[in-house]
Amino acid sequence: MQPKSAAADIEITERASLFRSDATQKLLAFASLIVLFIGFSLASPNFARFSNIVGILLSTAVNGILAVGVSFVIVTGGIDLSVGTVMTLCSVMAGVVISFWKLPIPLGILAGLATGALCGCVNGACVAKLRLPPFIATLGMMMVSKGLSLVISGTKPIYFLETPTFRQIAMGTVFGIPYAVFIFFGAAVVASLILTRTIVGRYAFALGSNEEAARLSGINVDRWKIGIYTLEGLFVGLAGIVMASRLNSAQPALGQGYELEAIAAVVIGGTSLSGGEGSILGTIIGAFIMSVLTNGLRILSIPQEWQTVVIGVIVILAVYTDILRRQGR
Amino acid sequence: MGGILVSMEGIEKTFPGVHALKDCRFELRAGEIHALVGENGAGKSTLMKILTGVYTKDAGRILYKGQEVEIPNPKAAQDLGIAIIHQELHLMPHLTVAQNIFIGREPRRGAGLFLHERQLNQQAQDLLEKMNLDLDPRARVGDLTVAKQQMVEIVRALSFQSEVLIMDEPTSMLTDTEIQELFRIIRELRGQGVGIVHISHRMEELKQISDRVTIMRDGRYIATVDTKAVTIDEIISMMVGKEIYETARTDQTASDEVMLEVRHLNRGRDIKNVSFQLHRGEILGFAGLVGAGRTEVARAIFGADPLDSGEIYVHGQRVEIRSPHDAVRHGIGYLSEDRRRYGLMPTLDVGTNIVAAALERFTGGAGWLQKGNIQETAQAQVLDLSIRTPSLEQRVRYLSGGNQQKVVMAKWLVRNCDILIFDEPTRGIDVGAKSEIYRLLNDLAQSGKGIIMISSELPEILRMSHRIIVMCEGEITGEMTAAEATQERILLYATKRESIARH
Repeated sequence: MQPKSAAADIEITERASLFRSDATQKLLAFASLIVLFIGFSLASPNFARFSNIVGILLSTAVNGILAVGVSFVIVTGGIDLSVGTVMTLCSVMAGVVISFWKLPIPLGILAGLATGALCGCVNGACVAKLRLPPFIATLGMMMVSKGLSLVISGTKPIYFLETPTFRQIAMGTVFGIPYAVFIFFGAAVVASLILTRTIVGRYAFALGSNEEAARLSGINVDRWKIGIYTLEGLFVGLAGIVMASRLNSAQPALGQGYELEAIAAVVIGGTSLSGGEGSILGTIIGAFIMSVLTNGLRILSIPQEWQTVVIGVIVILAVYTDILRRQGR
Repeated sequence: MGGILVSMEGIEKTFPGVHALKDCRFELRAGEIHALVGENGAGKSTLMKILTGVYTKDAGRILYKGQEVEIPNPKAAQDLGIAIIHQELHLMPHLTVAQNIFIGREPRRGAGLFLHERQLNQQAQDLLEKMNLDLDPRARVGDLTVAKQQMVEIVRALSFQSEVLIMDEPTSMLTDTEIQELFRIIRELRGQGVGIVHISHRMEELKQISDRVTIMRDGRYIATVDTKAVTIDEIISMMVGKEIYETARTDQTASDEVMLEVRHLNRGRDIKNVSFQLHRGEILGFAGLVGAGRTEVARAIFGADPLDSGEIYVHGQRVEIRSPHDAVRHGIGYLSEDRRRYGLMPTLDVGTNIVAAALERFTGGAGWLQKGNIQETAQAQVLDLSIRTPSLEQRVRYLSGGNQQKVVMAKWLVRNCDILIFDEPTRGIDVGAKSEIYRLLNDLAQSGKGIIMISSELPEILRMSHRIIVMCEGEITGEMTAAEATQERILLYATKRESIARH
């Protein structure tokens, strides 16, 4: 690739070729996923087993839902560092409602979703109204939600021992596939529709593409931004419920680190951190690349520390290809 | 030409320290293309920003179709049917043509939950057909040429049923064929009774497209004339005015020794085949309108932006300059017009700023800074350039604009740069400090430095330069000695289009 010389003589005709590079990024991610899958299948007979594939799907669910949520914010050109710990706070709130207050499960779910939406709304308000950089606003929220989880739970896990049906939300199965996987795919489809077919999605792209132009077009930029962060919060809440159900408990000490994995999945999927572009499909591919890698490396008995190293390298490569693409235009 | 659409009278506008508009008038009829011209800072854009509600007027009145109106914000202008297309495009490159046109007004379906994309595209298609435009509503705006993007802006503006369309230098980024296409559309709109204000610096363009011309100078209304009734020379002399600001310099301190020579510099559309020489002891003025490519040339020579091609010689030696670091090594210093952003570290003290570019020289063995040495050097500069600061410890951001500029100069002098490029050296500096900067520039030239001075103020160019190079749209369109230079001549070159200069 020679991005420099390409940029030098951009002519009318060459602009059409930009389409190609957009598709390239998505194809590249998808192809990497296929290559990884085939590679691991050849390397270990255990990899392509049904039970292992179900394991991969299940382990992608929580990170996948988080990544789908954070995609909305990243498309607007923002970032959210609080999704991991807010997710935990949502689990804890569901635990409080169900196990402490002995209220019906649906109310617990509602509490989890509402907590996520509220945290998202606060994030959005800090960014839009107080004009805090998203990085700072959500860094603050990350610490606040982490602390609150520990305070509310008394630093101890909250178990759902008296309500066995709660565990079924994520771990009940159809054809041997856990519900969590269906929830994940369902959330992805809804998110994809919102992003591509509704006005929320359209304005998310508009904000990320050129916020000033959006403002001058008469769009109430602040209101939509808050709305988009709130919507993201709903997905984070959903992830929190799935997480709690899967563990059959709310673990207040968990959560930190999930935000970076979610962002990594979004970035690997070809969504640009500078906003204005991205797709839910890409994010899902990104999330799967990460969990296939983790799973495959574990099956090959590569120590967990090295798995982290590999994923880090992948993230850097993914962003670098994004930059190469950008220079091309 | 139809009836009077807009009439502005007695418009006054003052910004802190600047009386931007003084008793200004403007009139626009339906179905006319009305050019608005004047030098940089003449008040054209301010006047149009008042008409479109970006600024509010201090005094005066605006009549729209005979009715007096107040336009407190852009939305009010839009509701009246007054649309503006800014010089910089306000589009969302990642969205499609149709999505951009109808942003904020998307047709919906399914109880308002979903976007009605088909209807959106259809509406856009209808609009495009009505205006005879060959654009795909589904094309991504970022993939279009600048000209096509501009059409999208026009379509969007007119989709509000606008009867007044203001275009602020719409042709500045377009090629000749694209301009012809734009003009075709403008004429078509004129035929439909739209009143069009065309702000432009290109004189021959006015002749081609406009019906009437209004000339402004120094925030004042000068005249409105039928384009056919005047020559370009007459328009220029009205823009410049009759006042004689300054006489050209007659002293000749420049020697024949060439300090810097550049040959055939090129970069995209910004810099086209630029070659010139700078002599020892010379102040070489770079004149031109804003956006003519002067800053781009300076930044390229300084290594801040890459070049596509071209050669740079310092003291007769061919040099490769890939970064500002290389440039400084060869003794080239660049003083940006945006001093706070590119020239200074505003939160640090005067002393540190003065030695900042040469800090290695003031560093002892283990990386310790030699405080005494720094103090001494900085103090000497403060005295030499008469920088007014309570102490060397004063933070630079508390100094006045003129003294900040002197600190930047001191910085490059300490670094032993003998080729200095000044970009708008007196911008944002009050009148008293200006003459002091001029004196320092002359002193520097006399002491054997080579100075390139980019300035958009013609009086400054005429007063300071030994030789003047005029640029327009990335090209050098004229070169003259101080004795040959007049404001009229410079303006003529500065507004000259590539097509006239070359073909």
